[in-house]
Amino acid sequence: MADVEKGLSSRRRSTIARGRRGGRRRKNLNSIPYLVFTFSDFQLFFEHAFDFQSTYCLGISEEEDMNVMKYLRGEAANLEVLQDKKLKGQLALREDLYGKSAKAAAKAEKWLMPSEGGYLEAEGIERTWNIKQETIAREVDLLGSRNQYDIILPDLGPYTLDFTPSGRYMTVAGRKGHMAIVDMKNMNLIKEFQVRETVRDVVFLHNEMFFAAAQKKYTYIYDRNGTELHCLKEHGAALKLQFLNKHFLLASINKFGQLHYQDVTTGEMVGNFRTGLGRSNVMQVNPFNSVVAVGHSGGTISMWKPTSSAPLVKMLCHHGPVTALAFHSNGHLMATAGMDRKIKLWDLRKFEVLQTLPGHTKTMNFSQKGLLATATGSFVQILRDFSGSQNYSRYMSHSIAKGYQIQKLAFRPYEDVLGIGHSMGWSSILIPGSGEPNFDSWVANPFETSKQRKEREVHSLLDKLPPETIMLNPTKIGSVKPTRKKEKPAKQEIEAELEGAVEAAKKASFKKKTKGRSKPSKVAKKKKEAVYKAKKPFLEQEAKGEGLSKKKRKNIEEENQLPRSLQRFARKRQAN
Amino acid sequence: MKVKVISRSTDEFTRERSQDLQRVFRNFDPNLRSQEKAVEYVRALNAAKLDKIFARPFIGAMDGHIDAVSCMAKNPSHLKGIFSGSMDGDIRLWDLASRRTVCQFPGHQGAVRGLTVSTDGRVLVSCGTDSTVRLWNVPVSSIMESNDSSNNSAKPLAVYVWKHAFWAVDHQWDGDLFATAGAQVDIWDHNRSQPVNSFEWGKDTAISVRFNPGEPNILATSASDRSITIFDLRLASPARKIIMRTKTNSIAWNPMEPMNFTAANEDCNCYSYDSRKLDEARCVHKDHVSAVMDIDYSPTGREFVTGSYDRTVRIFQYNGGHSREVYHTKRMQRVFCVKFSCDASYVISGSDDTNLRLWKAKASEQLGVLLPRERKKHEYLEAVKNRYKHLPEVKRIVRHRHLPRAIYKAASLRRIMSEAERKKEERRRAHSAPGSIPKEALRKRRIIEEVE
Repeated sequence: MADVEKGLSSRRRSTIARGRRGGRRRKNLNSIPYLVFTFSDFQLFFEHAFDFQSTYCLGISEEEDMNVMKYLRGEAANLEVLQDKKLKGQLALREDLYGKSAKAAAKAEKWLMPSEGGYLEAEGIERTWNIKQETIAREVDLLGSRNQYDIILPDLGPYTLDFTPSGRYMTVAGRKGHMAIVDMKNMNLIKEFQVRETVRDVVFLHNEMFFAAAQKKYTYIYDRNGTELHCLKEHGAALKLQFLNKHFLLASINKFGQLHYQDVTTGEMVGNFRTGLGRSNVMQVNPFNSVVAVGHSGGTISMWKPTSSAPLVKMLCHHGPVTALAFHSNGHLMATAGMDRKIKLWDLRKFEVLQTLPGHTKTMNFSQKGLLATATGSFVQILRDFSGSQNYSRYMSHSIAKGYQIQKLAFRPYEDVLGIGHSMGWSSILIPGSGEPNFDSWVANPFETSKQRKEREVHSLLDKLPPETIMLNPTKIGSVKPTRKKEKPAKQEIEAELEGAVEAAKKASFKKKTKGRSKPSKVAKKKKEAVYKAKKPFLEQEAKGEGLSKKKRKNIEEENQLPRSLQRFARKRQAN
Repeated sequence: MKVKVISRSTDEFTRERSQDLQRVFRNFDPNLRSQEKAVEYVRALNAAKLDKIFARPFIGAMDGHIDAVSCMAKNPSHLKGIFSGSMDGDIRLWDLASRRTVCQFPGHQGAVRGLTVSTDGRVLVSCGTDSTVRLWNVPVSSIMESNDSSNNSAKPLAVYVWKHAFWAVDHQWDGDLFATAGAQVDIWDHNRSQPVNSFEWGKDTAISVRFNPGEPNILATSASDRSITIFDLRLASPARKIIMRTKTNSIAWNPMEPMNFTAANEDCNCYSYDSRKLDEARCVHKDHVSAVMDIDYSPTGREFVTGSYDRTVRIFQYNGGHSREVYHTKRMQRVFCVKFSCDASYVISGSDDTNLRLWKAKASEQLGVLLPRERKKHEYLEAVKNRYKHLPEVKRIVRHRHLPRAIYKAASLRRIMSEAERKKEERRRAHSAPGSIPKEALRKRRIIEEVE
């Protein structure tokens, strides 16, 4: 038995260690191409190394260490405390492998990445936030400057927009029913159509072939030819839509503050919850753990998962209604904005405010590299964390034409581009340093062919996550739950349970029997017996765990032993 | 002002010609992949399920013998040939690829009890209850071509008659000697009609013999007096012996760790021993519900296969207490002999129902040539499954094996019995003077004594 326990505890430890790090390290190891140097390369390398040894070597190794840390996904397991030798050996081997693959990944990052990120650096007395978009457009190459444009459609606005995860396709929807899909690579309009009713929100499903639109009465799913595929009546008049990519869940919040989760592969309604906090059109999914956050008019933000009807988290963020909400892709940082003219940055691990900035915004978005875009009226401001310590300050600003009301901001993934949906159409501006420069073909490929898309669709369906995997800390999956000591139920709980049992026993009806066996007296007797039976286990429990401690009991006995006349002194003596 | 924005030209990131492969770019940044663990877990679960779906271990039966198959021998120099001998004295050479008899040897008068092939693969040695040892020429050409002329019978090279019936034979891994087991252990040379050496320790019959793969002069035998004996040919007398509580039916040396051997015991368990330290077993392999009749190691030395009187074949890890795999069919009767193929990917069993059966060593393995991408995928799924194997859903699917009702019941009965025994012992210990009943591990309990 002891052996078994030991094994369990050590396994638990190991799984905790595993818990801190996810990842397909094995795959990484397999697929990293080896670096091939020619002899002259080596010579060159060594010469440089000797020349600058004193100045650079330390710096380089430190930088590499940093990268390795990134790929290790947490600390190694503490193997010293393990008793089980076999397990220890296995884990040591695995840790070794993890270390190797992290190193290989760090090396690959250093040497094999095809492109470098964008940047914007001011010189002299210049300030980055004073640099105009026209100036940037003049400086960057033709391909980059093409991403700066305004589409003016004054009749059907305000527009909202959404990008596919690869950033290749964009869908836009005007409030008055104009919808379009655009291929952003060659700026082709794939399809444009009019539904002639209010469209409140639009969102891509798992790929560019399908998108969902929240319309006046119902939510609809269209394919990319503009054919209506489904009318989702159960969602009601949705105000905001979100799609959980890995779970294939379409989340919506409607006019009555009801949150719906629908599985788009099977059509099953996975969750249907009343938020109970009123109408809201602020909803955002946390990309780190797929938890949906809803901002309410009372200043609270509630976080939901499809498997529980109560919110996971309810936090008071603002005095007054919440107007916008955004999540950083690392999952630790949330930005909220309220009518109280404050923008707050929250640490989601501690649920603490990191930074409060003055300002009002209707929409917000984090870019892949962590830039935060906010908008008021026709003015866009980009904040950036320069120090790496989550201290955001002004980076860039931009004003679109006066009078345009910005409706939606969205960074285009894998590009230095910010898409702006506003009352007179949509625009796109350049924000250097906002996008991830290197894409992974197996995660999101902007140059995907139709064959690759089909392949990926099948694979992503095979890897579809069940809704139970949505939780605040997704790294918990695969770890063993620590055994908690069973807590004694409180006295009130026991009493409530007892009462319930007695009530149930009283209410139980008896079978009608003949020959005087159903006489009122007999029935009463039977009931009494049933009540006694129901009470019995509780009474026994009480008798067993008699609330009195040994010492107290002894005192009482002592008291009883004393003659009655002296009993009143017994307690006093103790008090002294 | 210095400025740069990301700009990707389509030419750089797509293939040049339509015949080229699509270009692939990798970025291993953990931030690009959210919920990695959940995704891996789902993959592990799916891999476990797929493994179950594709678990079709039985490849085919080879029939031809007209009595129970009693022994088999694999040819070290031909991958697809296997010899089998039956209780009616028939010896056959099978081609595993086509599952046909390639050659039929006239055989013995009584049952064939032992078969072995010389290291160069040219000579087959058989022995039987008719007290003869026969040497046969292995028809190399017919193995190579595996033509249909199956009545390719051959004459024995030599017939040596001796004074007692034989139970087993094994050839040296490196050398010209072979050993037979019977009333005594005899060492033979190919060219001598009489044994070059004989050993005896006690009066009981030796029933199995195996040479050590690392040290050619060492062999282990088991005898019907429940002993396992280790002989050294360079010494005049046997080296060491242990006596267990029950008889050992067969012995197999681990080819990769040649100091270790595993004994298939009558009490349903297998015991792995270190031959240098025989006072306790290194590992007890439990799961069979009846006597284990034969055992053979995989050439990798990481697992071994056992055949049992309970009509099942099981595969164990060399250090695992329970079996990794159990194979059974409705028609397979008592299994008398099992062999791992020389490439470690197949298992052959011979049973009472006169058939040889061919099984895959890994039940859900894909046969045929794998593309590199397929292989990588399999490796990845294997790794993911291994990583999440302790989670209840994955564990349940991976562990589940369907068992015939008789075996299932027998196993649960055995479990109840051993549990009762354990409880009784515990209670007895609790009610006697502390230390008077010492606790004894199962690894030691079944050993009576060690003799040198």
